[in-house]
Amino acid sequence: MSKIVWRILSSIPTLFGVLIATFLITRVLPGDPAVFFASNPAMSNEDVEKIRVALGLDKSLIEQFWIYLGALWQGDLGTSISTGQPVATEMLTRLPASAELTIFAFLLAIAVSIPLGVVAALKPGSWVDQLCRIIATLGVSMPTFVTGLLLIYLFYYILGVAPEPTGRLDPFMFKPPTVTGFILIDGLIDGDPETTWAAFKQILLPGITMAIFALAPLARMTRASMLNVLSSEFIRTARANGLTRRKIVMTYAFRNAMLPVVTSLGMTFSYMLGANVLVEKVFAWPGIGAYAMDSLISLDYAPLQAFMLIMAGIFLLVNLVTDLLAGLVDPRAGLS
Amino acid sequence: MTSTTPPLLSVRDLTVDFRTRHGTVHVLENVSFDLAPGEIIGIVGESGSGKSVTAFAIMGILDKAARILSGDIRFENRDVMAMSPRARDLWRGKEASIIFQNPRTALNPIRPVGDQIADVIARHTPAAPAEVKARVLQAMRQVRIPDPEKRMSAYPFELSGGLCQRIGIAAALACEPRLLIADEPTTGLDVTTQAVIMDLIRDVARAGNLGTVLITHDLALASEYCDRIVVMHAGHVVETAPVAELFARPRHPYTTGLLGSVPSLVESVHDLRAIPGSLPDLRRSDLPPCRFADRCPRHQPGCEAPGLRPEPAGPNHLVACRYPL
Repeated sequence: MSKIVWRILSSIPTLFGVLIATFLITRVLPGDPAVFFASNPAMSNEDVEKIRVALGLDKSLIEQFWIYLGALWQGDLGTSISTGQPVATEMLTRLPASAELTIFAFLLAIAVSIPLGVVAALKPGSWVDQLCRIIATLGVSMPTFVTGLLLIYLFYYILGVAPEPTGRLDPFMFKPPTVTGFILIDGLIDGDPETTWAAFKQILLPGITMAIFALAPLARMTRASMLNVLSSEFIRTARANGLTRRKIVMTYAFRNAMLPVVTSLGMTFSYMLGANVLVEKVFAWPGIGAYAMDSLISLDYAPLQAFMLIMAGIFLLVNLVTDLLAGLVDPRAGLS
Repeated sequence: MTSTTPPLLSVRDLTVDFRTRHGTVHVLENVSFDLAPGEIIGIVGESGSGKSVTAFAIMGILDKAARILSGDIRFENRDVMAMSPRARDLWRGKEASIIFQNPRTALNPIRPVGDQIADVIARHTPAAPAEVKARVLQAMRQVRIPDPEKRMSAYPFELSGGLCQRIGIAAALACEPRLLIADEPTTGLDVTTQAVIMDLIRDVARAGNLGTVLITHDLALASEYCDRIVVMHAGHVVETAPVAELFARPRHPYTTGLLGSVPSLVESVHDLRAIPGSLPDLRRSDLPPCRFADRCPRHQPGCEAPGLRPEPAGPNHLVACRYPL
């Protein structure tokens, strides 16, 4: 227990480093937000200067950073200059959309890649093994926005089986009352499986797009790890003791093969958060990735900083969960 | 052991090849030996002589690269190689067991050792969990593991190498097999533990009337614990004899070489002799009938004639040499 507390405490300096880095990175971005915000040719230099003062951009970097820290301490992430909304509110409404998509895709990727990798390792050279190789190659070589556009082209435009790739729910349907923020779950809680089904159809294509991205490293990792474990000495012992193939594969080989995979699961989840930005753009998904991208284009500092901070926080959280999970699976992890 | 008792295990003309990326390796050729019930034999030879491959072939746990080209393995007169995979799985661990050289890596690192013994018991003699647990404790006591109730929930990394080997032996003996193969059981252990483990193996073998095959490169160790010794060289059985007979009257030049290279068997360090040369490259397709010929001080033109077989050379004594000592 004290180990967990220590891990959480030790992530505070990291978060502070992220704060400084994101702050500086946004400040060195080319372009002047004041000029951008005052994008009216009729405005004089004086007006632009007024805006600059109003935004606090006339102060020194250190001063700006202090103001930022002070606001952050009170839970204030600032206000978006392009929408005029507090960033915290914007993030809260958009985060569930991103989280739902990422988790959906993540679970989908796990559900496909791990059995695929295991079967490929059990039967090297078989058609499953070939399939595993093809998917791994495709997943690595195709950028997510290309996969996404191809899927839209095929299933929406050509076949017409997928709904219009715009957002989380058909525009003519009502969002269920927010409980978890995940429409798939909220629809069920509301006793409205039709909404859940509609949301499922919406999330399927972007989910598959992201899953394909994550599938490749996971399937390869599972296959390699499984092959490695299957040739180890304790598997030979298990065979020599006459244990059933099922027992050898599931209890002896699979659990051991999962040790490195659990670690890479955490990494994959983190990568998926990054890939989110493009997928959300392609599918008009109202998540934080698309929001961050818009903010970047319009030099909107506050949401951008908040986005990077949230991502860093999620990264740290995922790493912590990964470590705990690895400790659960591997009794030896507690020692190091 | 007299030759009238039917053997527990009989291996006849076992020939095994390994298909590798670098060519076919002729690992075993016409390996034959018998093991009587309750007898302890030692298979002795240097690394690469095919001792472990022989053991794995008997157990049916060879690598995928291995091909058994010919041979006959009989256990209580049952053809082991003709068994269905399922029948052989049920035979392994129940009637015939093996223990391996690296006790730590031979155990599943993330499964409590008690569970690993329980897996074997539950597989071969299914029973209620409480009954299985009682038998796990009994198996652990049989191999003299102190405080088994506490140790059964330990992971291999929490136990010493000697204790891990005891766990391996406990799992192997849990279902009371009649054949035990010990593949270099003490190689990975320190010297003081070696003797303890060897004594344990001998005691349980004698107590359970287990036919035991001890595989080792250590002739002195084999002489101490075995009734009979099978000397292997480069995939051939070159000589078989009871321990006393082998030491008194070694007939094969390789056996004398081995005897002369063991520190505890010679008078002084100055008398130690290394066997010249090394094992022939077993990938050759033109391997001579006697694979020791290139290293043999008594090599003669007649050695090249084909059809070399182990021939009787005394009571219970076989030697595969045209010009034995």
